Amino acid sequence: MDSEDDFMSAVSSGDDVHLDDSDNDDMSGADDFDFDDEPDPDLGMPKDIMQKKRVAYDISFKVFQPSDIQKQQDDLINEVNLILDISKEEAAILLRYFRWNKERLIEDYMDKSRQVLDAAGLAHTTTSLPKLEVIPGFVCDICCEDGEGLQSFAIKCGHRYCVDCYRHYLSQKIREEGEAARIQCPADGCSLIIDARSLDLLVTPELTERYHALLNRTYVEDKDNLKWCPAPDCQNAIECGVKKKDLDKVVPTVSCLCSHRFCFGCILSDHQPAPCNLVKRWLKKCADDSETANWISANTKECPKCNSTIEKNGGCNHMTCRKCRHEFCWMCMGPWSEHGTSWYNCNRFEERSGTEARDAQAKSRVSLERYLHYYNRYANHEQSARLDQDIYHKTEKKMVQLQRESGMSWIEVQYLNSASQALQTCRQTLMWTYAFAFYLARNNLTEIFEDNQKDLEMAVEALSEMFEKPVTELADPKLKVVIMDKTSYCSKRRVILLEDTAQNLAEGRWTFNVDLTGSGSNDGPSTTR
Amino acid sequence: MPPQFAAKRLGKELQKIHNSLPPGIELVSAEDFEEWVLDIKVLDNNPLYKDQTYRLKFKFGGSYPIEPPEVVFVKLPDRPIPIHPHIYSNGIICLDLLGQQGWSPVQNVESVCMSLQSMLTGNTKNERPPGDEEFVRANRLRPKDIDFYYHDNNV
Repeated sequence: MDSEDDFMSAVSSGDDVHLDDSDNDDMSGADDFDFDDEPDPDLGMPKDIMQKKRVAYDISFKVFQPSDIQKQQDDLINEVNLILDISKEEAAILLRYFRWNKERLIEDYMDKSRQVLDAAGLAHTTTSLPKLEVIPGFVCDICCEDGEGLQSFAIKCGHRYCVDCYRHYLSQKIREEGEAARIQCPADGCSLIIDARSLDLLVTPELTERYHALLNRTYVEDKDNLKWCPAPDCQNAIECGVKKKDLDKVVPTVSCLCSHRFCFGCILSDHQPAPCNLVKRWLKKCADDSETANWISANTKECPKCNSTIEKNGGCNHMTCRKCRHEFCWMCMGPWSEHGTSWYNCNRFEERSGTEARDAQAKSRVSLERYLHYYNRYANHEQSARLDQDIYHKTEKKMVQLQRESGMSWIEVQYLNSASQALQTCRQTLMWTYAFAFYLARNNLTEIFEDNQKDLEMAVEALSEMFEKPVTELADPKLKVVIMDKTSYCSKRRVILLEDTAQNLAEGRWTFNVDLTGSGSNDGPSTTR
Repeated sequence: MPPQFAAKRLGKELQKIHNSLPPGIELVSAEDFEEWVLDIKVLDNNPLYKDQTYRLKFKFGGSYPIEPPEVVFVKLPDRPIPIHPHIYSNGIICLDLLGQQGWSPVQNVESVCMSLQSMLTGNTKNERPPGDEEFVRANRLRPKDIDFYYHDNNV
């Protein structure tokens, strides 16, 4: 793998894509426009830090557009084509077989070219290029056709079929099975790969296009340091050097040219500061019904004798289990017979027979409450982010109206755009801080974290509130300055929080109350089931 | 794909089948170019399959022979489902030859029958695939939509 890394670093010469979050969010605007020499609200703090040192949560990555992806492949193919004495089509097949590891390909090829060619599905002979031919007396083994003048085709293995069958075969493979890089000769047991040039010779341009799209897909999928941007309709790929094993140390958040921000590790949208394993666990916990079980244990009791689940829906404390007819006290869970004359007024709270049952229930209650505490806040930010966006869309319309009426220019109203973007980003971060906090064990670091979280939350809520003001007030220049300040403050608070969490994560200083490395049970902390 | 593509090829196959078939293979019916029924026998003395005849049903799509046919064993009073670690008790066969990856358009009805014969001949295990009961109870997919995992190249 070393060699591959070498190659990649050569391509991503330097860190020319070295965007910080604020200007990512706002590809269209902030960079190009100068707010009358005012400090750009979005860019103040992060830029300063960037120039001094790399922000701890920032990772370097590069965005590739479809043409870049094509060019990378072409470059590699040309290089191998020049070094080894093989055609471009064959070079491409070999590169795909070696998962684009050029150095290993060349080394292995020099070493034992026969085996390499066999394994990759290439012929050893250097016969002339395959072409359509009419051969007298030819019978196609697929359709059993033997008409005169029947055009036939074969790749280097010599298994010859009529052009019609070949076309059907290829279109089946490409269109129905989504196959491209490893389409083999139709003959039974022949593992020779059909190359791009033969394919171009046979199929319609439309199919060729699909074929090449599929090939590009395998290129990105074959390389560990490349991933597709998951945004709908986005065709870009992102290159990032963060390895899978590093994911407990870093949250590799990348941002595509389409402005979608996502985690390179798990492809989910930006979930800083929470590491991937935690996110996976949290989402599973929220999705499955382990909390239903928790509710049951928090709100019902089990018969001390037969363990049937009982929900008390009224009435006195004297319980008679419907199943086993056991009589017990709902308060202390002890047998009813021990209650003597003080019936219906249980004061036997210290009695041992009931304490265990009570403890277990209290534990579940606490655990459920704890989970709900974090979940409600997590869900609240998720929802608020949506609502803020709605408000922004409404405001945007009104700003257009205001531009007409008050003579404000387009640029002058862009501060609302920055504010809205910052709000969204901060809410997304806040949302995940709650999932993060749910799994954190309490210590001094947690307190610092919670302070940071509180500061960011307050800043965000303050900014969010300003957004709700009527448009006439928004046009007030004073409010504009306040909003811009708040926007910048929010972004700063977010950077501080992410810095702190990322640094501690990198240094392995967080203590989690669950084992995030293993694929243990899905329990939250201290959940009794 | 034009349906006559499959029909043309199947017509030629049928012609050949009417002329001659290898021992142990018999055509039961071929009314159209969608579904054929054949009987096969195992010719050697493998005690698992001795003196038994098994019924096979072939279903052809419009893309045959580019796509594999759907082939299953059919149960009748005198036609049991052969016992084999790759044949489920509902007649579904797990054989890479019948999947998209293992199929070659050069294969045909006759060659599939022969492959199945040899798959039975070579078997010594008197057992169903692991999880047979569960699979037979739960499976609602057509054989071609099942994602078999061909892990065992020995049987």
